[in-house]
Amino acid sequence: MTTIIERRAVGKPLDRKDGPLKVTGTARYAYEYRFDNPLYLFPVQSEVARGWITSIDATAAEAMPGVIAVLSHENTPRLADTSDREYAVLQSGEVAFRGQYVAAVLAQTLEIARYGASLVRVSYDEEPHDVELRADRTDLYAPATVNPGYPTDTQEGDFDLAFASAAVKFDETYTTPMEHHNPMEPHTTVALWQAGDLTLYESTQGAHWDAGTLAQVFGLDRDRVRIMARYVGGGFGCKTLHANTVLAALGAQVAEGSPVKFALTRQQMFCGVGYRTPTIQWIRLGASEDGRLTAISHDVVEQTAKTKEFAEQTAVATRTMYATQSRRTTHRLAALDVPAPSWMRAPGEAPGMFALESAMDEMAIRCGVDPIEFRVRNEPEIDAETGLPYSSRNLVACLREGARRFGWADRDPRPRARQEGRWLTGTGVAASTFPVIRFSGSVARITCAGDGRYVVEIGAADIGTGTWTALTQIAADVLGAGTSDIDLRIGDTTLPEASVEGGSSGIASWGSAIVEAARVFRGRHGTSPTQGDQAQAAAPDNPQAQRYAMHAFGACFARARVDADTGEVRIPHMTGVFAAGKIINPKTARSQIIGGMTMGVGMALHEESLVDARFGHVMNHDFATYHIPANADAGQFDIAWIDEEDTHVNPMGSKGIGEIGIVGASAAIANAVYHATGIRVRDLPITPAKLVR
Amino acid sequence: MEITLRADGRGYRIEVDPRTTLLDALREHLGIYGPKKGCDHGQCGACTILLDGMRVNSCLALAVAHDGAEITTAEGLAAGGELHPMQRSFIARDAFQCGYCTPGQILSAVGMVNEAQAGWPSQVTGDAADGEVPLTDEEISERMSGNLCRCGAYANIVPAIREAAEAGRFW
Repeated sequence: MTTIIERRAVGKPLDRKDGPLKVTGTARYAYEYRFDNPLYLFPVQSEVARGWITSIDATAAEAMPGVIAVLSHENTPRLADTSDREYAVLQSGEVAFRGQYVAAVLAQTLEIARYGASLVRVSYDEEPHDVELRADRTDLYAPATVNPGYPTDTQEGDFDLAFASAAVKFDETYTTPMEHHNPMEPHTTVALWQAGDLTLYESTQGAHWDAGTLAQVFGLDRDRVRIMARYVGGGFGCKTLHANTVLAALGAQVAEGSPVKFALTRQQMFCGVGYRTPTIQWIRLGASEDGRLTAISHDVVEQTAKTKEFAEQTAVATRTMYATQSRRTTHRLAALDVPAPSWMRAPGEAPGMFALESAMDEMAIRCGVDPIEFRVRNEPEIDAETGLPYSSRNLVACLREGARRFGWADRDPRPRARQEGRWLTGTGVAASTFPVIRFSGSVARITCAGDGRYVVEIGAADIGTGTWTALTQIAADVLGAGTSDIDLRIGDTTLPEASVEGGSSGIASWGSAIVEAARVFRGRHGTSPTQGDQAQAAAPDNPQAQRYAMHAFGACFARARVDADTGEVRIPHMTGVFAAGKIINPKTARSQIIGGMTMGVGMALHEESLVDARFGHVMNHDFATYHIPANADAGQFDIAWIDEEDTHVNPMGSKGIGEIGIVGASAAIANAVYHATGIRVRDLPITPAKLVR
Repeated sequence: MEITLRADGRGYRIEVDPRTTLLDALREHLGIYGPKKGCDHGQCGACTILLDGMRVNSCLALAVAHDGAEITTAEGLAAGGELHPMQRSFIARDAFQCGYCTPGQILSAVGMVNEAQAGWPSQVTGDAADGEVPLTDEEISERMSGNLCRCGAYANIVPAIREAAEAGRFW
C-alpha cells in the first residue's frame, strides 16, 4: 500500500492556471519567442517514394536576394549518430518515403524561404515502392515486442480446441484507417546555435527526452542542449522528436549565431511526424449458450516503416478485458516505404477496442444477451495477461452507472426499429480501458520562497492536459500551502528532469516526484522553513506495480441519428463513466474526457488519411479534406466518475485520463449506428456511403 | 511595401513583402501572437481577428490589401488588463485545453454574437428570421464551426459563448 496524500486542493475544480494567458493570446508558444533578424527555414520534400537523389540544382534559389543557404545532403554537417534513421536528416541521397526532407532553404523572410524552396530542382533515380498494407502479404513479420515492450503474441489455454467446440461462434475482420494527430499548433521550432550550445524553443511533449536524443544525434554533451516548451498547442502523441526538429537544428548549425525559425505547414504534418497505423483485425469469439466466453482470439496486421519500427500494441487490451478459458493474440507487421507510424492518442487501445468492443456487441446479440449484461457476465477475477489481481477494477460499476444515467434500461434491442422523420435512431455501448503508466526518472525541486510560498520546479509539459493546474494542486497539498502560494515552473530542460508527456502518465510520474520532494523537504527543513531552503528528489519506484495489474476502466454510451436517405450520421449525445482513481481536478479532467470522446467521434465518422499507392503520399493532407470534428459535429456529453480509492497506484491515488476518453468511443458509435440502421460497419470511418443501400 | 495598421489600439507603420499575410504581419512583424497559424489556408480559424469590426481569417488576407485597417486581437479585447466577458466565460467553462485555437475562438465568438444580433441568418436559422437571431446552442455550433479545436472543447465552448452572449451586448 502507498501512503495517500492529504487532499485539500486535489479533487477541487480549480480554473485552469494558464487560463488568463491563453484567452488573451499571450501564452507564448515555441514560434512566438522574438529575436532580432531571425532566419526562416522551409523544406524541400522528396517527390518519389523510394530511390536515390542524383542531383540537386539550387542555383536559382541561391541566386535569390534574401536566401542565406540551401541545405542538402551534399553540404550539410554530418550528424554524430544516425542509428535512428528518422533523425538522419540530409545525411545521404537515399529516399525512403515520399515527402522526406531532401533539402531546405534558409532565408531572411518566410516568404523568400518558401519561394526559394520551390525553386530547388531535385532529380532522382527512382526505385519501385511499396506502400500498401494487406493481410495477405507474404512478408508480414512478428516484431520482437509491441509498443512499449509488451509480448508480441500471447496464448492461454487451447484456443483452437475451445473455439471449435464453442456453442456460439463469432468470426469477423475489422479495419481502421491511417489517422493523423493534427494538433492545432503545427510542429514549430526556433533553434539557436551559439558557441557550441544548442538552444531550442520547441513544441514538444518531452523537452528532456528531446534534448537527450538531440545531444546524442549531434554528438554534444547533454548540458549543451537546452529546450524550452512552456506552452504546447496540443500533441496527442506527435509532438515528440521527429526529423523536423533535427532539420531546424541543422539549419541553426549552418547559420551559427542566428535564430532559425521552422514551422511545418498543415500539409507537411501529414508526413514525417507520426500517424496511427492502419490496422486489419481478425476477431474470433466462442461462447457457451448462456453467454460466457470460452475462446477469444485477436490477430492484428498493421504497418511500420522500413526505416524505423513502430509496432502498435493493438491487441493488448484484449488480454485484460474479459474472462475466458482460452485466448490468443498476435501482431504482424508489414514494413513499407512510408514514414514511421507512432503513438497517437491511446495507441493500441483506440483501434483495438474498436474491434473488440464491436465484436462484443455482435456476440452479445448472437447470444441473445443484453450488451451490458454480456460484459458483466464475462468480468474477470484477475488480469489474465500478468496473472496479478487488479489494484482496482470498476468496469462493472461504470457500465451500471452509465446505464442508469443514459436510460439504457428502456432500450428496445431491435435494430432499425425507431425513426423520427428522416432520422433512424439507435443507442450503443462499449467498454474502455487504459493502463496505469508511470515513467521513472522524474525529479522535482522545491524551494521555500518565504511567507509560506514555494517554488516547485520540474521539466514537465502541459500540452493542454492541465499540468499547470493539477501539479499546482498536488504541490499545494503536500506542502500545506494554498494553490496561490505555489509558483510552479515547467517546460524547460534547465529544470529538473521530467519524463515525457505520454501514455497518460504525466501526473502520476511528475506528481509522485513532487510528493517525494516535499517529503524530503519536510524531513530536512521541518514545517517552518526559511527562504531559500531547498530539496530535490526523484520519484521512487512503486513496488506495488509488481503485485498488481493497474488499469483505468470506463463505459461509453452513444446515441446515433442516421439519415435514412443520405446516410449522414449525427451523434447528439454521449455518456461516459470512468473509474480512474482519484480525479485531481474534476473540471480539467472532464474537459480531457470530452476531448477524447470528441476525437472518438472523428475516429468513428470522419478521419481517414488516404494514401495514393501510385505515389506513396497522403492525398487529403489538409483540414478541408481530412475532416476533424467541428463544433457542429459534437453533441452533448454527460461525464461521471466512479469514486475509486486506489492505494496502490501512486501517492495521489490517480490514474491517467488523457487517453481513455477516446477508447471505446468509436465502438459505442458503431454499435449505436448498427442499432439505428441494422447495418454493421466494421471498417472505420463510418461514412455515409457505407450506410446507404 | 509600406503600410499602416492599427492593432489593439496602437498604430504601426511596417514594411512588408506583397506576399505577406495579415497573419504573418501581425505575428512576425509586430510580435502580436494572439492570432495563431494553424493551417494558413482558412480551414481552421485559429488566426481569426476582428478586422474593422468583422471576424475574418487573417491568413487569407494579404497585409498590403489592408493598409490602414483597424484590427482587434485577443490581447486587445482585454484592454486595460480587464478580461472581456467572453474571455472570462471561456475560463469559467474551461472551454479550451492547449489554448492554441482559443484566441481565434474568442474573436470569432465576439464577431458571431454581433452578427446574430444584427440579424444575420445561418444555415440553421428558420425562414422566418427577422431581426436579432436568438443564439440557441444549435445556432452557436453552426456559426462556430469554422473554428476547429482538436482538443475537442466544443461542448464547453458552446455554453461559454451562450452565457457570455446572454450577459449583454459587447460593443
